[in-house]
Amino acid sequence: MIFIHSIIHAKHLQFFTLSTMLSLLCFLLSLLFLLLLPCLRPCFSAKGSLKDKKKIDKGTYVVGEEEPPKGLRRELMPRHVAVIMDGNRRWAKQAGLLTSQGYEAGAKRLIEFAELCFKLGINTVSAFAFSTENWGRHKIEVKCLMYLFQRYLKSKIQFFQSKEIRVSVIGNLAKIPESLLGIITEIEDATKSYKKKHLILAIDYSGRFDILRACKSIVKKSEQGLIREEDVDETLFERELQTKCTEFPSPDLLIRTSGEQRISNFFLWQLAYTELFFSPVLWPDFDKDKLLDALASYQHRERRFGCRV
Amino acid sequence: MAELPGQIRRMSGGISQLIEQIYGFSRRCLFRVISMGPIPSHLAFIMDGNRRYAKKHGLEDGSGHKAGFSALMSMLQYCYELGIKYVTIYAFSIDNFRRQPEEVQSLMDLMLEKIKSLLEKESIVHQYGIRVYFIGNLALLNDQVRAAAEKVMKATAKNSRVVLLICIAYNSTNEIVQAVKKSCINTSDNMEAYGNDKHEDRDSDIEGTDMENQEKRIQLVDIEENMQMSVAPNPDILIRSSGETRLSNFLLWQTGNTQLCSPASLWPEIGLRHLLWAVLNFQRNNSYLEKRKKQL
Repeated sequence: MIFIHSIIHAKHLQFFTLSTMLSLLCFLLSLLFLLLLPCLRPCFSAKGSLKDKKKIDKGTYVVGEEEPPKGLRRELMPRHVAVIMDGNRRWAKQAGLLTSQGYEAGAKRLIEFAELCFKLGINTVSAFAFSTENWGRHKIEVKCLMYLFQRYLKSKIQFFQSKEIRVSVIGNLAKIPESLLGIITEIEDATKSYKKKHLILAIDYSGRFDILRACKSIVKKSEQGLIREEDVDETLFERELQTKCTEFPSPDLLIRTSGEQRISNFFLWQLAYTELFFSPVLWPDFDKDKLLDALASYQHRERRFGCRV
Repeated sequence: MAELPGQIRRMSGGISQLIEQIYGFSRRCLFRVISMGPIPSHLAFIMDGNRRYAKKHGLEDGSGHKAGFSALMSMLQYCYELGIKYVTIYAFSIDNFRRQPEEVQSLMDLMLEKIKSLLEKESIVHQYGIRVYFIGNLALLNDQVRAAAEKVMKATAKNSRVVLLICIAYNSTNEIVQAVKKSCINTSDNMEAYGNDKHEDRDSDIEGTDMENQEKRIQLVDIEENMQMSVAPNPDILIRSSGETRLSNFLLWQTGNTQLCSPASLWPEIGLRHLLWAVLNFQRNNSYLEKRKKQL
């Protein structure tokens, strides 16, 4: 009625136009929804999970066995897996626990994750424990995290020694407490001789600062006459990054949990050809099955490095 | 009676034009609704899947890339209509030079043809007032392509409405190394000038301080300024088609906080719905990102 009324009266022309627009928009939005419907499912599901993925037989994998589970091939295992352990705080909130308990669960999950990776034949595991940007969080939360790192690392020195896992910590480390720095030095010294398994913890790390440090180191070396400017290329540059501590500085696979799809200033240079796997699962829930899914996805990918089709 | 087929053709041509106009109008209305929320200022595309598209449809080699170019023109149109100011595309990587020589040559020929077409009056460049940049190690390109690229950059230098960055003969690691080299050269030039000034004043030994100062003076901002991509802000969204989820040495420095999307469609099949989905996701995550930016 208002519609017809407004047609008759010229002074309501503006209202007529507005209501027509609104009806048209509602129609368009529903049309849009229909168009987007085919895309909704693939967008919601974990990025990187296959439509026709092989079924992972949960029952056949036994902890302590060296053979990879069915569906995975040992020769296609990544040599270096990186992980952004996102979702601890949300996990704690969902479970009705304190944030610190969320972080504890996350730390525990990391140890299990690393152990599993090493059992599957993966040489290096790197984990984004604390970003330079995380200093902006609440002071108490940051203090709690630092204390957690200290306590956990101290309690695990014997564990790493018994499993022969080399532990390295990379990052700026300028602002971390002295006591944590001391534990880091202790654990690095205690495990530096191990070669087959390497756990890298990125604490107070930023991909951009890593590149900047490499740049400064190159400048210093060129001033000292150790390198010539014309020798500076990508290979030389890579050797100056903090990941020089490992034989495989570039991760083959990066896993980020909790559904966020960004790198968040973790490895930047090193991720040039890394396969990215985004999982909607929160980090403390990222168990053995989820890891096997990620590895299965990785093994089915075709890595072309810009060349063949 | 002989005029009937002609009349039918004209009518169907008229109808399809009308449908196109209605579609365009609906699209612009939709964009108006979406722009009620935050719109990304910079979108980057990795145009993956052209060769697989040609294989899938049994087309000859090279046709996939041509189809990809049409898809690119449509996407650019949608982006600029939506109000996105900067669009970056990964046209050709330094790694792609390692492909078969015939394929590389045909790609170079196609790029030369398309770069030249950007200068035509009816091209999208004139329609939207696009400023075009070619980012990459242009010395690796053949003379013709390089000359055409430089001509386009010069011809569009005065445009300022929207920007198109075409990454050609590009690798992010190469870009970073070049930027680092440039920062070192700039800094050592500054230090020489500084050192010369100081020597005029007094004889004191300042070499030790020099090295310290030189290290201190190379800051993040120095490297950033010398990046070829510094003409645009960091991308808000990076869309890679064909379902592959990797960066392939594209904008590594710049995509630290970029939202990554990887629709399964091959690049020539990419459409409006993929762009809309990426933008809607961006809007959903935006308030979190703005909070984080304030924390930094």
